[in-house]
Amino acid sequence: MMSAYIDFIRIRFLMMLAYRVNYYSGIIIYAINIGAYYFLWQAIYGDQESLAGFTVPQMTTYIAVSWMARAFYFNNLDREIANEIRDGSVAVQLIRPYSYLLVKMMQGFGEGAFRLLLFMVPGLLIVCLIFPVKLPTDPAVWLIYLVMLFFSFLINSQINILTGLFAFFVENNEGMMRMKRVMVDLFSGVVVPIAFFPGWLSAIMEWLPFQAITYLPSSVFTGRTPLGEAGSVLGLQAIWFGALLLPIWLTWRAARKRLFVQGG
Amino acid sequence: MRYASLFWEYIKNYAKTRLTYRADFWIEVFSDLLFQFVNLIFIFIVFQHTPSLGGWSELEVVFVYGFFMIPYGVFSTFFSIWNFSERYIVKGEMDRVLTRPAHSLFQVLFENVDPPSLFGSFVGAGIMAYCWAQMGLPFQLTDLLVLALFVAGAVLIYAGLYTALSAISFYSDAPTGIVPLMYNIQNYGRYPVNIYNKIIRFMLTWLLPFAFVGVIPASYFLEEKTDDLSKLAMLTPVMGIIVFGLGLAFWNHGVKRYRGAGS
Repeated sequence: MMSAYIDFIRIRFLMMLAYRVNYYSGIIIYAINIGAYYFLWQAIYGDQESLAGFTVPQMTTYIAVSWMARAFYFNNLDREIANEIRDGSVAVQLIRPYSYLLVKMMQGFGEGAFRLLLFMVPGLLIVCLIFPVKLPTDPAVWLIYLVMLFFSFLINSQINILTGLFAFFVENNEGMMRMKRVMVDLFSGVVVPIAFFPGWLSAIMEWLPFQAITYLPSSVFTGRTPLGEAGSVLGLQAIWFGALLLPIWLTWRAARKRLFVQGG
Repeated sequence: MRYASLFWEYIKNYAKTRLTYRADFWIEVFSDLLFQFVNLIFIFIVFQHTPSLGGWSELEVVFVYGFFMIPYGVFSTFFSIWNFSERYIVKGEMDRVLTRPAHSLFQVLFENVDPPSLFGSFVGAGIMAYCWAQMGLPFQLTDLLVLALFVAGAVLIYAGLYTALSAISFYSDAPTGIVPLMYNIQNYGRYPVNIYNKIIRFMLTWLLPFAFVGVIPASYFLEEKTDDLSKLAMLTPVMGIIVFGLGLAFWNHGVKRYRGAGS
């Protein structure tokens, strides 16, 4: 049974490989994104040396690694699930002898592996050549960051799956998916580190899973969060991973009961 | 005239399909506005840490954002073709469109018309008016005329760019992921472009002229700055016509090449 799931990873990876040319342009566009934010933050800092605990070089590294992490963990699982519910093909998937959600997750892994190797890694190399990004020298930071990155991917995928499953209840969750995308970008700290948020907002953020996707791991990577505290970050990510399983399971249970296929 | 009556038919059709899912309309309006609100939060957060951004005050940057929302709302209403490649090329619906006499782009656009997005334009106009009053800028009736001209130009720029981006699907077999990736770049035209380096500024002004959708035309109404972007403002309608012309030509050429991939 396990080998069937692993095949889903492999097939998705190969499928992504067939469309790899798209991701070359993706690297350029991410580099432009990073460039635009780099200059934006330069202008925000002005003469100040550090804001909200981030020095200018740390901020540059933060932008680069956060966007490139996004290049890795981003996926369209929500859209895939919603489309399958809307066109009715989910019905066929449900009668197959596998767990639908687990298959989606496996496909996510396949896409993630592709994005890591052919998007994030070359992208980060290119960005490091263009902008004054300071990579950590301690191999322990790299190692722990990789583990965190894996959790970022898991939590982001869980949020995507949860959003996608709402299509069972509202039929058209296009607006919701768009909203989720914007919220994840803002609240995970890709565009602004959460330390910059006004006090009340960052207090709310501490109780939401989004910061575990980008802000916390990137802070460790840039050295703003010392390595000694990395363990608690990892713990928080693990807690969110576990906590998010419950709403997914509940939604999935409720969803299967009320599925009606509108044609297909 | 024929297109006007066709347009009316499409709108009626839209209303009928939408009345089936009534709640969706308001969900979409709400999510659109929330989306804009999140972008505004970014501006507010940034200005908590700095009094000015490249010489622009918070009210001015918000003003630019308000201006941007007007053409963006109009554009989103009539150019909601995010899934063009999947729906029309991969699934082959383009074949159906091409068998009809009306222009293909017109049909594709009006099959996907999305009126809820228009709410954003009204909110944008409100934000602009608020900032206008707060900054005590002079107001003449001709400003409204100029505003309408700029909005038309900005809509055309957006329309041209996204028509061209959608038309890429005619040339490339693989569904291109460029459209979602472009999504972020359009945001940068809303900030004072003088903060960027030459390459990005040049790109935002002349190659992917998103600056003409935000900061350049809006600067016409604001106090003069040292960089003097407002000198370029009058070019907005011209850029609009050029960009849309190029986009349309690229589309038309693509339609000629189109062979049909669907089954």
